Amino acid sequence: MICNADEGDPGAYMNRNEMESDPHMVIEGMIIGAYAIGANEGYIYIRAEYPLAIERLDRAISDARAYGLLGNNILGTDFSFDIHIARGAGAFVCGEETALIASMEGNTGRPRKRPPFPSQKGLWGKPTNINNVETWCNVASIIKNGADWFTRIGTEKSKGTKVFSLVGKVKRTGLVEVPLGTPVKTIVYDIGGGATDNKKVKAVQTGGPSGGCIPDSLFDTQVDYEHLADAGSIMGSGGIVVMDEDTCMVDTAKYFLEFAVEESCGKCTPCREGTYQMHRILEKITEGKGTNEDIVLLEKLANIIKLTALCRLGQTAPNPVLTTLRYFKDEYLAHVEDKRCPARVCRSLINYYIDPAACRGCTICSRNCPVEAIDGKPGYIHIIDQNKCIKCGTCMEVCNFSAIVKLSGESIDTPFAPIPINKGR
Amino acid sequence: MSTVCIKIDGKNFTVEKGSTILNACKSAGINIPTLCYLKDVSEEGVCGVCVVEVKGAKTLQRSCITEVKDGMEIFTNTPTVREARKMNLELALAHHNIECPTCERDGNCELQDIADRVNVKTVHFADVPSFYEKDVYSPVIRDPSKCIFCERCISVCDNIQSVSALAISQRGIRTYIGAPFTHLLTDTPCVNCGQCIMNCPTGALTERDDTNKVWDALSDPDKYVVVSTAPSIRASVGEIFGLPAGTFVRGKVATALKMMGFKKVFDTNFSADLTILEETHELIERIKKEENLPIMTSCCPAWIKFLEEYYPEFIQNVSSAKSPQGMMGAIVKSYFSQQISISPDKIFHVSIMPCTAKKSEAERRETWLRDFPDVDAVITTREFGRMIKQGGIDFVNLPDSEYDNPLGNYSGAGTIFGVTGGVMEAALRTAYDLFTGKELKNIEFKPLRNFEGIRVADVEIDGLNVRIAVANTLGKARELLEAIKSGKERIHFMEVMACPGGCIGEGGQLIPTNSDIISKRAQALYSDDERSKVRKSYQNPQINELYKNFLEKPGSEIAHKLLHTHYIKRHLWEKIGKSDF
Repeated sequence: MICNADEGDPGAYMNRNEMESDPHMVIEGMIIGAYAIGANEGYIYIRAEYPLAIERLDRAISDARAYGLLGNNILGTDFSFDIHIARGAGAFVCGEETALIASMEGNTGRPRKRPPFPSQKGLWGKPTNINNVETWCNVASIIKNGADWFTRIGTEKSKGTKVFSLVGKVKRTGLVEVPLGTPVKTIVYDIGGGATDNKKVKAVQTGGPSGGCIPDSLFDTQVDYEHLADAGSIMGSGGIVVMDEDTCMVDTAKYFLEFAVEESCGKCTPCREGTYQMHRILEKITEGKGTNEDIVLLEKLANIIKLTALCRLGQTAPNPVLTTLRYFKDEYLAHVEDKRCPARVCRSLINYYIDPAACRGCTICSRNCPVEAIDGKPGYIHIIDQNKCIKCGTCMEVCNFSAIVKLSGESIDTPFAPIPINKGR
Repeated sequence: MSTVCIKIDGKNFTVEKGSTILNACKSAGINIPTLCYLKDVSEEGVCGVCVVEVKGAKTLQRSCITEVKDGMEIFTNTPTVREARKMNLELALAHHNIECPTCERDGNCELQDIADRVNVKTVHFADVPSFYEKDVYSPVIRDPSKCIFCERCISVCDNIQSVSALAISQRGIRTYIGAPFTHLLTDTPCVNCGQCIMNCPTGALTERDDTNKVWDALSDPDKYVVVSTAPSIRASVGEIFGLPAGTFVRGKVATALKMMGFKKVFDTNFSADLTILEETHELIERIKKEENLPIMTSCCPAWIKFLEEYYPEFIQNVSSAKSPQGMMGAIVKSYFSQQISISPDKIFHVSIMPCTAKKSEAERRETWLRDFPDVDAVITTREFGRMIKQGGIDFVNLPDSEYDNPLGNYSGAGTIFGVTGGVMEAALRTAYDLFTGKELKNIEFKPLRNFEGIRVADVEIDGLNVRIAVANTLGKARELLEAIKSGKERIHFMEVMACPGGCIGEGGQLIPTNSDIISKRAQALYSDDERSKVRKSYQNPQINELYKNFLEKPGSEIAHKLLHTHYIKRHLWEKIGKSDF
């Protein structure tokens, strides 16, 4: 029996919290599970990046042994069960059950074909039950309060509650536990308090790096397995990333895909080569070099990877791309056809200008520019040399008069050379 | 046989339960393209080319690893299937160094073939250059830029040979298949058997090309260039020129070699006979003294290296007799050199072998008579074929010619060295007669003449029961050694050839080499044996002459000096340090 505690999504930490705050809950669930299925050996596969969780689990396991709750003849019965900790080295793919088992056996963490499923032939060829931390945490409560109590919570098909890791451009970030079926908007606005800095929320991305992006127009979507799948996303890790109007969806897709490219185990062609090629196409588009054919190819490729990758990592990796193509196609087209990034994020497609009407000639921008791209002197309107500018945004950060503007696909009139401020007005 | 009913492309079929979609479709007349699948060897489903649609499944299914189920509806040629196959192949091609005209596998490449069958005409994706350098320091060359990550080489090395020299390093787009931790093959226990080459679908694995070395020697006026050819060459090289598998072409080989300019064409079959005399002498001695049994054959260099690495405790069991190649080298650079009064350093000896491991055997310093090698260059069947082509020789229409004296004659026993069980059979023919002083009548040991991984039999020699065992592939050799170690088997004499079927299936042979081709090549050698007037090594008149004039008798002091060697315990993985972990 294995507890999958390889929480690989960098933005999710509910399992970590569960193990750090109440490791006994995990252990109790596993003992009950082992008793039910007749298992004698249990393993918690946990990433080594969770030292505190490991320390506390270790302690909880030895306490349980001391109390006779683990080990031989538990509570005087003929039931024996013990739990060991196996540390993972942090590969995302090791959260996939067959890769996790391979890693535990000392092999490279790569998924293998299924069937045989772990329940038929798992760790060291033995039938193996494998469940996530959160699942084990639910067991004791369900046994205590009854199945009816549990099934009253949630929806028709998705029962119970789920812990989400609410992060991103939202006022109140953190872990939230809600009944399954809670609409996205409740989580984002009622619990999260909406976007920071009074900006508009544009979308959420659910399920970790391989989840899909759901636009604000679909925030009535209930967060459960079925409805998320309908929207093109997944429950996945339980991460919810909130994005505001300053987020470029093409850039976001590229960002998440980069994670898949890095974490692909490299075993099957569609995932190893396909995610890499998708990333290259997205790079091309965000650099303003993309074509309409690239968008077509990107979508085709994404669908083929979804259909032919060997494991769930590969099959879900195109989700950020497919959902942004579905809900934010206009942003892709703006990058490709108008060479414009509407959210003004993609560096190759933006320009910084100094608004001559707002510049006070203080020189702070030119003094801070790392590449000396700003021409000017005290009392003169400053000008950015577009050929020298590396678009780092430092000038915008340091300007005290909001005179720097960031534009994409448009420009403003600026003088050719610095001119005294009075003359300019 | 229980069966299931399935539908393939709308038609009903009844197929064997447990068969894969791939095989079910094959029996229905549909050949699904696959790139990575290799029956019983590599069934991982990595390439994503053999996908089909299955009704009710959310994703496309890999036909090579998915078993049919009763009532399954399979679609093999839908728009989605065609697009998926094309795209996955295009992805593989984008990460493949496409240099077909100069690639060794041009025209004989599975990737080319599948690209054609899937109708890929354009690669829509950007080139992905290789992240790694070519590994060129061993007789097996690995070019990562042509690797398509099918992992067949790893499977063969692990599952068939149990050598496990190859592994996967890194991950994702930077995945490296080769020596572990992106080391060199020379840092691993690789035995150079070349089975990875035989199973590579592309040109990512090839032999080290030594043909230029041979051409250079041939055009060097100061060199006296002689050549010897291994038993199996005569049964396989014709395939390169379109002759049917197993066509016996010994006479054409001799003609071609003479056309190329070799001064003498010798036959390794001759030195195979010599090996039998030395080895049988050892066998009889050891059986009489009951020491270091089982005696193990020493002609296969891949097997020798395997034993030195994985089973050094058996080193004293291996016959100290050099392999036929080694003996030929020693005789050429001693006896023959004396006969023609040319100093051995002026003689350039080329050995044509079906084998990549023979290249490294020739480099083993402990086998050399002096401070230069006895065998100066070893080329494989494939390289020999390329030389014939390069020389503009019309091989198919060549007349036959004879091999040269004094090292060109052989007994039927010498020729069957090329087949698994052949060395054993050859040895028994001589051992029986020498041991009993009687003439063995029934000389064909039928129980040995098959391709089972391990064959064990009892032979009665003068009231003495001699238990013999033959293994082909190193995985099977390992099984046999483990059985001997644990006391389950008590063997007197054991033959091992590292490749499936013996030398006729070795890593330097034509690609493809499959079990069907192997049995045809074997048949060619058995027929050669049948045709031979002399079928026992000790009756080969040239061998007897050699002993009379030069070597005195088997096991003599001079024979030991020239024809015997020793083996070295090798440490596994010593070059791949802890820092890699």
